[in-house]
Amino acid sequence: MSKKELKGWLYLLPAMIFLGIFMVYPLIDVFVYSLEEGYNSASQTYFGVGLYNFSYVLHDTYFLQAVKNTIILVLITVPLSTGLALLISLALNSIEKLKDLFQTIYFLPYVTNTLAVGLVFMILFKKTAYTEGMINLLINRFGGKSIDFIDGPYWAKMFVLCFYTIWVVLPFKVLILTSALASVNQNLYNAAKVDGTSPFRIFYKITIPMISPMIFYLVITGFIGAFKAYSDAVALFGTDLNAAGMNTIVGYVYDMLYGNSGGYPSYASAAAIILFAIVLSITCINLLVSKKHVHY
Amino acid sequence: MKVVLKHLTKIFPNITKNLPDVIAVNDFDFEIPDGKLVGLLGPSGCGKSTALNLISGLLEPTSGQIFFGDNDVTKLPPENRGVGMVFQNYALYPHLTVLENIIFPLQNLKGDKKMTRERMEAKALEVARLVQIERLMERKPSEMSGGQQQRVAIARALVKTPNVLLLDEPLSNLDARLRLQTREEIRRIQTETGVTTIFVTHDQEEAMSISDLIIVMKEGVVHQIGKPQDVYDDPVNLFVAQFLGTPQINTFKGRVENGWLYIGEDKVLKTTGVSDQKVYVGVRPEGFILDENGPLHCRLSAVEVMGRDTSVVSFNDNMTGVSIRSIISAENKVDTSSKEVRFSLKPYKVHLFSMEDEKRLYFEEGVLK
Repeated sequence: MSKKELKGWLYLLPAMIFLGIFMVYPLIDVFVYSLEEGYNSASQTYFGVGLYNFSYVLHDTYFLQAVKNTIILVLITVPLSTGLALLISLALNSIEKLKDLFQTIYFLPYVTNTLAVGLVFMILFKKTAYTEGMINLLINRFGGKSIDFIDGPYWAKMFVLCFYTIWVVLPFKVLILTSALASVNQNLYNAAKVDGTSPFRIFYKITIPMISPMIFYLVITGFIGAFKAYSDAVALFGTDLNAAGMNTIVGYVYDMLYGNSGGYPSYASAAAIILFAIVLSITCINLLVSKKHVHY
Repeated sequence: MKVVLKHLTKIFPNITKNLPDVIAVNDFDFEIPDGKLVGLLGPSGCGKSTALNLISGLLEPTSGQIFFGDNDVTKLPPENRGVGMVFQNYALYPHLTVLENIIFPLQNLKGDKKMTRERMEAKALEVARLVQIERLMERKPSEMSGGQQQRVAIARALVKTPNVLLLDEPLSNLDARLRLQTREEIRRIQTETGVTTIFVTHDQEEAMSISDLIIVMKEGVVHQIGKPQDVYDDPVNLFVAQFLGTPQINTFKGRVENGWLYIGEDKVLKTTGVSDQKVYVGVRPEGFILDENGPLHCRLSAVEVMGRDTSVVSFNDNMTGVSIRSIISAENKVDTSSKEVRFSLKPYKVHLFSMEDEKRLYFEEGVLK
């Protein structure tokens, strides 16, 4: 090894040590845990090696519920939030006065604490002994019946969770898309205008393709983020998510480790590996699709 | 189709309150004849592109009118004017192929103008042949050279058979060789299609070489309109004289006394018809004749032999530029050991300008017979 090469490795050493201890080792460990059957964390012993942990997790109704919740959350929030963000950015880009003000307002949720936002949502949606909650008051006003969004039917709770998630992820997407829109070469629009292109055609033939790399970036990171959802559900429904029927995959992993029914690192690891596999395959599919549709 | 501008003015209100408004186009009032290639020429920031955008309809004039033929198009949006436009950076749609780029304007047509896909592709192929890119139809803009992209942009502008073709600095993004080739190409395409073409440039050589007519402007004001050679030979003021021609016209401070022009103490030329006053003297580089007994004395600096001609660089106390560059036939041998060089001047290559308003002062001997 030449001296120059040695120097290079030396510079890389600190980062490699930290990554090794805090990323690579735990990753391998999780994989090992997931294959150790009947692992006991107190005595650090196990009975054998095999796929039983995966089988257990995949037959656990709580896990299946968590997977269902997560997938519904992903399928609803990612397209909706991206679409909404696009609409808002287009609107922001077309106004001149007060643009900065609106941009700031739309960005506020991004800098607000998740739990604080959760509290606000409680006030909006939760039924207590004293009040029906803001939204229910509104529904009552228009002649509807009160709905318990926090402890009520599944669809109501899912609605609140999706609403909340979209609200939290929207600002970042608006920020990215507004700058993407602003960076489209104005002459392309001028050329289209001279050629008599209708606004709708300009939008889907020029604007969308020109910002498609950013849209795909947001969709991919959105998928990953939504699959990893956990704190949002906790902020709304408390820590006992299994009882509320609103657990997510990451929530399940956490519960298996530290929750009331916890203390099963092997099951938690198996669930984590399954989540990893899902996210990896979805991301690969996303990248393949984006290669076909992002043009340059 | 001829284009007529009537008192066309565009004022950009200044954003900062303390500064005056910018008058980008000031009272344009002229006619561009049908089927001609017209160069709109001026230094950077003089309002050429604004003028072009007014004609295309992308900008709305502050006052004045624009006619295409006999139709007042001042209030019409760009798509109803029938203009084709080529932008400085071409503005090709990067995600579409050449073919898709070219048929894009055709796909916008509505009503009875609507075309079938076959018809569009046939039209596209026709213009592609005209600009010689028919082999590149499936390429993306990023897979082509600047010159090829330029041709695609021209094809896209021509495919609708526009009334007027507008080109904004069409050659500025090309390298020197390609520029020469492309400008001839533009001339050829214009001649073949016969479409009235207006192009904007800051490069006087470009404008002179291919235009039927040039319009020289500065700071929003038109200074002179005419055939390139006429404007070159007969500039109306010092700005036009200095702007046209490479190497630039040589200027001196001089004076007219009793019908004679003096530069310093040298009595250089008889100038009948100009009253006694101080003047700027412009002498074209080709207006110098090497003459041992010539009246104009200069200090010799360098002689550059460039095959066909010789370029003599010299100094004079009364010059306003950094040096005097004269071009003489290579057959004349210059004595490089000498410190002094003497010239006599060709009267019709000498232009006098008033020191007050820099307007041209005409004298009898300077009229080309």
